[in-house]
Amino acid sequence: MKPAPFEYIRPRSLAEACALLAGDEDARAIAGGQTLVPMLAMRLARPAKLIDIMRLPELAGIRTEADALVVGATTRQAIAERDPLIAAQVPALARVLPWVGHPPTRNRGTVGGSIANADPSAEIPLVAVTLGAEIMLATPDGPSSMPADDFFIGPMLTVIAPGECVSAVKFPVWQHKRIGVGFFEVSARRSDFAFASALAQVALDEDGRCIDIALGVGGVGDRALRLDVSPLLGTRLDAASVAEAVHAVAADMEASSDLHASASYRRRVAMTLGKRAIEQARTEAGARPLKGAA
Amino acid sequence: MKVELRVNGVSRTADVEPRKTLLDTLRENFLLNGAHAGCEHGVCGACTVLVDGEPVRSCLIFAVQADGYEITTIEGLAPAPGELSVIQDAFCETHGLQCGYCTPGMILSAHALLQHTQTPSREEIVEAISGNICRCTGYGQIVEAVQFAAARLQKSNVPPQHAGPGHPGAGHDAPEEGVLEAAEADAPTEIVR
Repeated sequence: MKPAPFEYIRPRSLAEACALLAGDEDARAIAGGQTLVPMLAMRLARPAKLIDIMRLPELAGIRTEADALVVGATTRQAIAERDPLIAAQVPALARVLPWVGHPPTRNRGTVGGSIANADPSAEIPLVAVTLGAEIMLATPDGPSSMPADDFFIGPMLTVIAPGECVSAVKFPVWQHKRIGVGFFEVSARRSDFAFASALAQVALDEDGRCIDIALGVGGVGDRALRLDVSPLLGTRLDAASVAEAVHAVAADMEASSDLHASASYRRRVAMTLGKRAIEQARTEAGARPLKGAA
Repeated sequence: MKVELRVNGVSRTADVEPRKTLLDTLRENFLLNGAHAGCEHGVCGACTVLVDGEPVRSCLIFAVQADGYEITTIEGLAPAPGELSVIQDAFCETHGLQCGYCTPGMILSAHALLQHTQTPSREEIVEAISGNICRCTGYGQIVEAVQFAAARLQKSNVPPQHAGPGHPGAGHDAPEEGVLEAAEADAPTEIVR
């Protein structure tokens, strides 16, 4: 037994879980546990209480709302990876999930857990930030929510307060007919932590002009970043325009440096991956049939 | 804390501290030593077991979290005491193991894969065992073992048990105290080609 002793509590309702989390600052929520349990095993975390939220019905399930897909916090990554609704409505999430950990960790790890953990190189927070998802929170005072961009504040840091937990992630669903996704990452080994990653989602009109675009990079700074490439709207996403737009916004972005990769390397890789991601997204969108076109 | 677990098709109870992992509980309380303790923090995959038919790391789940799931260990794969499952036999045939430490995890990961697909590509096999580290073989013969097992299963006329969560990988006559049974049963058996 490597972890320090703790008390294990499985509340019956979300309200009870929030009360337990609010009542003891040494209490931690556990769901899939794929990041928390290694921390416990290495005694980097020593909570007095573990509040198991995995089986709370309020946190489960995937449902559609107007222009959005709400993915319950305890949705297993492996379930999300195979979910037809996610594949159809939030293709960016479906695209990155095979890159999250390994099959055995995805079978236990949850979508909400990856969000709450806020690893700067994690793929699910990158999707949330890039698409401008809304993070739904359960608090002792009832439900609340905030944009992903405000939720993540640094490496493994979020604005989440004691007594709160992520209840769901509300991903926007683009309504355009021709949508494409591009994703690339560079890591030491497949499924290891990314030194840099880039995710793009584009929508094209019938003429192949860009009518909507989102680009985000992960692993570069201390959190996932959405980059403003709005100058590309209305263009055909030709290589020169894409390069110009990506360089303009990414050439001087903050980047972290460690023994795996220098800041300069991370920045350069992120720019290259960003360009490739947009190109891949454009190609995918361009291959979609022109439904409703004459 | 008292926990009631379903392991290899049998209901078992244990009195464990909350901090006791499923891995330690399987090994120490139930004497199912086939799940190996390697890194004990979720990197190596030696402790892989099946939970509702899907591979998970038993060092990253506490026994108190594991009630209500159908847990399958390597001891639960063989059709009967003294026999080997098709995948276990394929690992022997192709020399898919040397020291054997990673082997139970490899076989359970492969078992879950072959429940989902009868004709896995090499890439699918590599992905399926990507969470299991082997320091001896270099993986080539392990991949070969899974391909060999897949080919045999296709010819075996046994319909894939398959289908998603809820599948208990174990037969009803799986050995109760796996490691002891396995030791007794280490007699030569005729290999059907």
